[in-house]
Amino acid sequence: MSIRISYYPGCSGKGTSSEYETSTTGVCQALDVDLVEIPDWSCCGSTPAHTVNHVLSSALSARNLTLAEQEGFDTVTTPCPSCLSNLKIAEHKMRKESFREAVNELLDQPYGGGVDTKSVLQVLVENVGLDKVRERVKTPLEGLKVACYYGCIMNRPPEVMDFDDHEHPMAMDNLMEAIGAEVIPFPLKVECCGASFGIPQQNIVTTLSGKLLEVAKGLGVDALVTACPLCQMNLDLRQGQINAAQGTQHSLPIFYFTQLMAKAFDLSDAVQGMKRLIVNPQKALAKIGQADKEIA
Amino acid sequence: MRIGVFICHCGSNIAGTVDCAKVADAAKAFPDVVHAEDTMYACSEPGQQGIIDAIHEKNLTGVVVASCTPRMHEPTFRRAVERAGLNKYMFEMANIREHVSWIGKDKELNTNKAIDLVMMAAEKLRHNAPLMAKKFDINKRVLIIGGGVAGIQAALDCAEGGLEVVLVEKTTSIGGKMAKLDKTFPTVDCSCCILGPKMVDVAQHPNITLYAHAEVEEVNGYIGNFEIRIKQKTTYVDWEKCTGCGLCMEKCPSKKSYDHFNNGVGTTTAINIPFPQAIPKKAKIDAEYCRMFTKGKCGVCAKVCPTGAISFEMTDTEVTENVGAIVAATGYDLFDHAKYPEYGAGKYPDVITSIQYERLMSASGPTSGHIKRPSDGKEPKNVVFIQCVGSRDKSVNRPYCSGFCCMYTAKQAILTKDHIPDSRSFVFYMDIRSPGKDYDEFVRRSIEQYDTQYIRGRVSLIYPQGDKMIVRGADTLAGAQVEVEADLVVLAVGAESAAGAPQLAEKLRISYDSYGFYMESHPKLKPVETNTAGVFLAGACQGPKDIPSSVGQGSAAAAKVLSLFSKDQLESDPQIALVNASRCIGCYKCVETCPFGAVKEEQDRFNNPKARVIETICQGCGVCTVTCPQSAIQLQHFTDNQILAEVKALCPSMMVKN
Repeated sequence: MSIRISYYPGCSGKGTSSEYETSTTGVCQALDVDLVEIPDWSCCGSTPAHTVNHVLSSALSARNLTLAEQEGFDTVTTPCPSCLSNLKIAEHKMRKESFREAVNELLDQPYGGGVDTKSVLQVLVENVGLDKVRERVKTPLEGLKVACYYGCIMNRPPEVMDFDDHEHPMAMDNLMEAIGAEVIPFPLKVECCGASFGIPQQNIVTTLSGKLLEVAKGLGVDALVTACPLCQMNLDLRQGQINAAQGTQHSLPIFYFTQLMAKAFDLSDAVQGMKRLIVNPQKALAKIGQADKEIA
Repeated sequence: MRIGVFICHCGSNIAGTVDCAKVADAAKAFPDVVHAEDTMYACSEPGQQGIIDAIHEKNLTGVVVASCTPRMHEPTFRRAVERAGLNKYMFEMANIREHVSWIGKDKELNTNKAIDLVMMAAEKLRHNAPLMAKKFDINKRVLIIGGGVAGIQAALDCAEGGLEVVLVEKTTSIGGKMAKLDKTFPTVDCSCCILGPKMVDVAQHPNITLYAHAEVEEVNGYIGNFEIRIKQKTTYVDWEKCTGCGLCMEKCPSKKSYDHFNNGVGTTTAINIPFPQAIPKKAKIDAEYCRMFTKGKCGVCAKVCPTGAISFEMTDTEVTENVGAIVAATGYDLFDHAKYPEYGAGKYPDVITSIQYERLMSASGPTSGHIKRPSDGKEPKNVVFIQCVGSRDKSVNRPYCSGFCCMYTAKQAILTKDHIPDSRSFVFYMDIRSPGKDYDEFVRRSIEQYDTQYIRGRVSLIYPQGDKMIVRGADTLAGAQVEVEADLVVLAVGAESAAGAPQLAEKLRISYDSYGFYMESHPKLKPVETNTAGVFLAGACQGPKDIPSSVGQGSAAAAKVLSLFSKDQLESDPQIALVNASRCIGCYKCVETCPFGAVKEEQDRFNNPKARVIETICQGCGVCTVTCPQSAIQLQHFTDNQILAEVKALCPSMMVKN
């Protein structure tokens, strides 16, 4: 039974995190999830807009939700936690009539409300289910030791996000286990990576993301798994900056969870997008299947 | 009828916003009122004498006092009219303080309302009839539920007072939480050394019957005459034969059993005596771990027991005890910190609870009093204490302060330094609450003489890094985030009501609050009584309490029982339901609705079904009265006629239509 759901890729999916985008669409296709991209979608209104004006930010989100509604959908899915957060918060805030009116004043077509947004992670865990994921695995990731890093906004604030535990989420851990990886509990799984401070105050990112890498290293994992383009970028693209600032020598691959799923499903290299990662993942990926051999 | 009305000023409490003289004047016009006056303090000695004198001088046959709430002074005034020779139920009280002067500022409106209330009271009084209390015998034995320090104190005081005491303890030994503590604040004396002798006294006192490893199953009856069914849970060891020699523990091959007494610090054997000073010092088999039960073969203990006390076929038994009063002293449980995922939700071995830390420090504990952290047995150098874990936190439905954690944390920090002189202790706190005698001095000692570093702020995250635990929190005084590298983290877990507390409350027919703590009859003036006659409270079952308060309450409850039993007979409250047999049609709706089981099905001499109220059980709640389709069952002193008389007085025009 296939699932048909409205899809909001978000801007990073079409640029900096295109490997997240290709692996997300590839994995969903493999699991019979029909992602229907919102026609003429626009910016969700995250970081720049909502720091300036909440009504404007929510209006940007509401425009996209309205488009999805017009296509006949009541649920939108997005891989990006920033988009997820902004779309959900807009919907949440617009339940208040005065705010909804202020937003609708900015829109050509008013938003009626009631369109839910879910992360791709949530759809895979709740709508598809771990059993179906397990069935689809061609090459279990046995031998690969990972820690899952959810970032700070995937599950927060809990009353808006309404998914998994906000201090101790397990969705991605369970998903990685389902595709055969060895999952080490990551104590900093919901800590902040420094987010967009990489531009105005780089030292915040090198400190916070540096701590994540330090703790992950202490756990002896082969890689970190993320679900957020911004977290991934801070940890992967800026790993060199972090090493320079902290005097460390980390070389820890940072995967999107969908990339590892694509790997386990034996999807094409183009879908996996491993080449787009900055820290070379080959050493980590080479461990896949090694656990069995050691025992043998 | 000749009614006297007295309007109390209550100083300025009432007179400030009610024209008391005007109310008294108005009352003079009410039917049957022959005397009305206002008085400064009706409850004072001259005030009461004024009422008594008026009864004598004016030949009054009934009295209305308009003053405060009946909960405050109804008994006072009833005694006064009784002293003047009237039946004490020929008295009515109008509450013109809580219901009038304290809640309204408009003097004219208040005065009018006060007049209405006095009129209602006078009208009800006109329909009152003298009621006589009946007397019944009491059984001067007392049941004490719970063998913690509060229950022990209550048991010893009652026993010393000459009463026969039945003490029921859920676990296999008395001693409760106090027996687990290493030292006590603020004197730092050995907990078991001061409790131990009391426990021995319980065991040796001829007036005390102890049922350990037993629970109260059912409570029937009423004050003076309770019947208690007690379940003696099976121990698989015949305690008549067991000498407590401990040979079975030495030989038991199942050595990985959960150690309940040590709260999971270390393990114990499947057959065990919980601790060396246990009372009774008898062994019990934990069937969950015993190989005889899990695998079907073993029986080593049975082979080595020199008295042949082991019996794998033993089952639960039941005993019935008759008592006249009950003291609930069931204590508390500790908050389960698994509800805090940010503190590791119980998955880090070196993040432990305060009670586990007590066991680590105790000389009779699993480490013989050497502080060793659970993960690798190393001696910790940096110990971080986190207060208010499960206290003052709405997010885990524990908004209340547990009261004793600030003190035991200060104590544990002091003891840590005593055990490990080169250690450092850090305490994350919200506020330091140390209002007891010598308590604040004790906290200062921890800070000033033992170099405990107190950091004001909450901890947001604990995570492992290498072999350390990183504790990240706010220092709200410095306005900064702090991280402390800890070898061991001790969570000062708060108190919550004991598991099963609500179920026991329902058996005892006492109330409990939304957190499961038992409700006292009055938060200030009746702290150890409950609203069920003959049932008293002691210790932390009523709310979190430290040892001195628990002992104080244990003695207080014992004093209440002793004063109750100082009489040979008790008077029953005549304000109970009564069945008018000629109107009763025997539908027994009252039997179904009575929450106390006070209405019995009977037959009259023509074999017609009739309901009868057992006077000593009825609590006078009135539920049956509104259920009865025939108005046959009437609550004395609150009959339909009496209440309708009040309504009629208040709204005469509406009543005319009927």
